[in-house]
Amino acid sequence: MAGPGADMQWCFSQVKGAIDDDVAEADIISTVEFNHTGELLATGDKGGRVVIFQQEIENKNLPQFRSEYNVYSTFQSHEPEFDYLKSLEIEEKINKIRWLPQKNAAQFLLSTNDKTIKLWKISERDKRPEGYNLKEEDGRYKDPNSITALRVPVLIPMDLMVEASPRRVFSNAHTYHINSISVNSDNETYLSADDLRINLWNLEITDRSFNIVDIKPTNMEELTEVITAAEFHPLHCNTLVYSSSKGTIRLCDMRESALCDKHSKLFEEPEDPSNRSFFSEIISSISDVKFSHNGRYMMTRDYLSVKVWDLNMENRPVETYQVHEYLRSKLCSLYENDCIFDKFECCWNGNDSVVMTGSYNNFFRMFERSQRRDVTLEASRENSKPLQVLKPRKVCAGGKRKKDEISVDSLDFNKKILHTAWHPQENIIAVATTNNLYIFQDKVN
Amino acid sequence: MDVNMEARRILAVSISKLYASRAQRGGLRLHRSLLLSLVMRSARDIYHSSSRDSEPHSGPSPPEEPMDTTSSVEPERTVSEPQPTSPSAQAATEEPEAEYERGASGDKENLSPAKQSRKRRGKTSAAPDFLPSKRARLEPGEERYAACCRSGHPESLTSLSLNRVISAF
Repeated sequence: MAGPGADMQWCFSQVKGAIDDDVAEADIISTVEFNHTGELLATGDKGGRVVIFQQEIENKNLPQFRSEYNVYSTFQSHEPEFDYLKSLEIEEKINKIRWLPQKNAAQFLLSTNDKTIKLWKISERDKRPEGYNLKEEDGRYKDPNSITALRVPVLIPMDLMVEASPRRVFSNAHTYHINSISVNSDNETYLSADDLRINLWNLEITDRSFNIVDIKPTNMEELTEVITAAEFHPLHCNTLVYSSSKGTIRLCDMRESALCDKHSKLFEEPEDPSNRSFFSEIISSISDVKFSHNGRYMMTRDYLSVKVWDLNMENRPVETYQVHEYLRSKLCSLYENDCIFDKFECCWNGNDSVVMTGSYNNFFRMFERSQRRDVTLEASRENSKPLQVLKPRKVCAGGKRKKDEISVDSLDFNKKILHTAWHPQENIIAVATTNNLYIFQDKVN
Repeated sequence: MDVNMEARRILAVSISKLYASRAQRGGLRLHRSLLLSLVMRSARDIYHSSSRDSEPHSGPSPPEEPMDTTSSVEPERTVSEPQPTSPSAQAATEEPEAEYERGASGDKENLSPAKQSRKRRGKTSAAPDFLPSKRARLEPGEERYAACCRSGHPESLTSLSLNRVISAF
């Protein structure tokens, strides 16, 4: 991979989605995920649809190599439902997509809304049989008396057709809203987490799941924290972590007991008392947790920062990166306009040297870990000429605003980047604005 | 006083968010409701301590309070804002709690908001003042605050709703 993150020259590659400013609610992107090879990129939206893009791999040896992602498959994963018992509508919004490692010609992914997880099989069909003995070309059966010869159908090429079919539906296991799914490294099980419980499923079995974490208090009035995200360790099939609204992360070992209510490790950083405010609890709530690819670290995202934790050290993170510290003095306004509840995600690059997360005004940030360098970039239609290099952006927190800087008050809080993904092997990133998906790549020098 | 005003404003904003979240698609979000309640608690604590400092008559005798809090239920219900789906502010503010409880018993319960509010009214009116009731989960300091807040600002809907919201959490 090319040099350190902040030294990379990020160029615009593609943008997917409607151009007009009037955003249809169903088109709001709610999740973005590369598969394990990076060849496929899946997005889910509020309308319950999944769109999969495939990387075109020709031209890889040309100096001006541009990876193009083109639509591969589109399907309706979830539909709105109604829970008659509770008189509640169940949103069709796709909360998370997770790919399964490829085992055969077909691709599999898990997609989930608030209540139901589905396993989808995406397969290609590029041949069709022709020359049936008993059937006409249009499928009608021939009159048996008219058949005088015997022939075997042959497979002839046809235009590529990509089919998505739901292979498993995992439902009725969550009372609260599902926020995470994570496939185990054993490729046989996966977890799903809601606000208070984490369930373990076998990919083959849909009619039962095991509850492995339950933090629901006997008396709901004593509720003080909820589960906000959960993930399996990428290498150790017995280990999982879950984050809470209180800013803590618990690591659990499934070998210890069937119900992992007792954590093996508790990661928590003491709060800085000088930063205490009305909104301290909200901003310390963790919105995302991700293990590094090598499994030695994990990263958490809270409202203002990204923290990298060493799994061997529980009392504080090894690195803390401020995403948009200039918002700390604006928390009251952000509470009023609901932005303080935004759940930003974060991601690692392929070799765990750079972390990335989104912000407002369609800005996103990259933090290069070893060099302690960071950069702010913007996903916008103005910077979308092919191979146009992205210029680093700067927000002026106060005082005199320099040229090219943006003042905090002119930031557009409706333009938020909540979902980003990094190709597992190459320097290609997918950044989702409200309803557009931007693909950027590192300029190959 | 500035902090006091700020706290009251935040409380008002929080309450309106709580009401608004009931109409959200997908049902009440537990995480969001919890965060709202935490902000309200912080604001209440600040308001309580700054009210205490600024109001000299803020020390009613403890035996009075259970009576006060209970009786405040009745006038508040008539004063409450018109809610499209719920007959009283009391039921509305306790909706998240009701939601928690509904969730608690899984799919077995099928309580409508109307049923919920009937249930709660029965509980509060049935329980004698001197016996610990569900409402009396407040610590001694908080009870005192609820009464003094109400007495300090009798005309404000915010402070009236405050009582119910506080005791609900």
